[in-house]
Amino acid sequence: MTTETLPKQENAESALGVHVKGYLERVKGGELGALPAVFGLVILCVVFSVLRPAFLSAVNFANLFTQGAAVAVIAMGLIFVLLLGEIDLSAGFASGVCAAVLAVLLTLQGWPWYLAVLAAMVTGALIGLVLGSLVAKLGIPSFVVTLAAFLAFQGVVLLLVKDGTNISIRDETILAIANKNVPPVAGWVALVVGVAAYAAIQFLQARRRAARGLVATPIAVIAARVVTLAVVAGVAVYVLNLERSRNAAIVSLKGVPIVVPLIVILLIVWTFVLRRTAYGRHIYAVGGNAEAARRAGINVDRIRISAFVICSFMASIGGIIAASRANSVDPNTGGSNVLLFAVGAAVIGGTSLFGGKGRALDALLGGAVVAVIENGMGLMGYSAGVKFVVTGSVLLLAAGVDALSRKRAAATGRR
Amino acid sequence: MSQGPILELRGINKSFGPVQVLHDVAFSAYPGEVTALVGDNGAGKSTLVKCIGGIHPIDSGEYFFEGERVHVSGPRDAAALGVEIVYQDLALCDNLDIVQNMFLGRERRSGLVLDEDTMEEMAAKTLAGLSVRTVKSLRQHVSSLSGGQRQTVAIAKAVLWNSKVVILDEPTAALGVAQTAQVLELVRRLADKGLAVVLISHNMNDVFAVSDRIAALYLGRMAAQVKASEVTHAQIVELITSGRSGELGLKNGNGAAS
Repeated sequence: MTTETLPKQENAESALGVHVKGYLERVKGGELGALPAVFGLVILCVVFSVLRPAFLSAVNFANLFTQGAAVAVIAMGLIFVLLLGEIDLSAGFASGVCAAVLAVLLTLQGWPWYLAVLAAMVTGALIGLVLGSLVAKLGIPSFVVTLAAFLAFQGVVLLLVKDGTNISIRDETILAIANKNVPPVAGWVALVVGVAAYAAIQFLQARRRAARGLVATPIAVIAARVVTLAVVAGVAVYVLNLERSRNAAIVSLKGVPIVVPLIVILLIVWTFVLRRTAYGRHIYAVGGNAEAARRAGINVDRIRISAFVICSFMASIGGIIAASRANSVDPNTGGSNVLLFAVGAAVIGGTSLFGGKGRALDALLGGAVVAVIENGMGLMGYSAGVKFVVTGSVLLLAAGVDALSRKRAAATGRR
Repeated sequence: MSQGPILELRGINKSFGPVQVLHDVAFSAYPGEVTALVGDNGAGKSTLVKCIGGIHPIDSGEYFFEGERVHVSGPRDAAALGVEIVYQDLALCDNLDIVQNMFLGRERRSGLVLDEDTMEEMAAKTLAGLSVRTVKSLRQHVSSLSGGQRQTVAIAKAVLWNSKVVILDEPTAALGVAQTAQVLELVRRLADKGLAVVLISHNMNDVFAVSDRIAALYLGRMAAQVKASEVTHAQIVELITSGRSGELGLKNGNGAAS
């Protein structure tokens, strides 16, 4: 087997060729992965920078991150539910409920920030437990369960913030999440350490596989990945470390927003869970073929419930970020377009609505696309109405690409 | 041939509510042999297989494995004995690759992390042991495989766990001519490796091509279990359709429906 069908690493060039060819074949076969999101992002950025040079300013670049953070975090949780082929329409208002819990405990009850945050997160996990149990144990379609929860949570937020007043948040630590920055030096150090760790992990893995006679990722491909990461993250850190204050003499404003490392950590954790643990493997298995997973001895109900728990838990973190950014919680926190933006982010990023396909990174790529549209159209001075229409169209486009690539995959025998 | 059966059932009865599906069925499978299980639709093939696999508990009867009487009360008991069933729908996840599918639910890990390298090596070894040369890469998704290759992966998955009895439910039903030949060859190799293979099939050509023994079910009764070399095509068809053929078969073939 190893000698006859698996090409060994005899010379790097042929291995590289095989790798590139395999990738191109997959793309042709309908596995587009992150390509549409990356292309869309580049095109949007170019268009907006040409039309509105302010789009490229350091201030706006930092804004993009804080604007998109809550949606991207909620989307990251949603991906777990989407991977199972389910949907959570209540994730937006679940984040609102958690934010309201945080605000009530923090401002009205005077709890310390860490206990309030913990309470908000536990609330999120409990919401997920209830939703997941209703879907998995009672067998109510997730669409209906979460639609009901969508309405109910809207009411819960109203009840918690006492009919339309808004609760301001004054805790320094919570406010810092979306409003304060990491010291520029720390940003550079984290970047270097992060890229070096990524390179080391990739390289060691390839070397270990090659030593065992398995097909390893060619060094050239690893180098390309590492360089891409270093350049993209390096430019981001550089721009974010520029002085953004209009009057630097009075108040200096530079550095990576604190919310960025928070999202990167969440991305690493969930990517690890999905790709390197048996639990993550089982999520994909249940999304791909629940019956096969059941026969393989996987507790399908438990996987379903846990996915909803993760989704609502991530929604609670999204709610905390949203509360931090707005400096307050009102009945609309987590409402209006938050959920649709989050679903849109996941789908635009390449996560399939049909289940079984998606990565944690999709939430970030898709979240970036959504944030750029929102931000760029705002700079162009379009009304909220136009923004909704455009974002809706992009979501439809992404879902269309998903469905078409699935069709294409079926036609080429890759479904 | 001198060996006794590795799997032996005696006097198995199984009812679903008022309907008795299996009447006093005896069945044996021998190591190193392919035993074909044939019978018309509704004869009880699937029920018998599910009883062997522990999915349906038997109402009465004896289940012997390697000469010892055992009680199989669930799929895990059967798997622990070394009995694996490859179902007709294969139970593969299209969105996972070959290695991931073969180890699904029984992943190897080191600590918290999946041990992908060991799994890939073991999968490669198993496929090599079955002389499978048709897959390009172990890391390709099952969705990109042909029907025959999928069947191969499903069989390899069953063999991976040092199983002793492998039951294949209509492995060639959905395959073309060339792929059918490939899978039948694989079935034969499994038996040659010393496993007891039970092959459920409707296709008499397949049955005679690979089986050593043929067991024919007729309306929930075992009409006959005979050596393939001692019967003809026509006799088996008769056993399937009427439960008897000459001296072979049920004494009272038509009354069996009671």
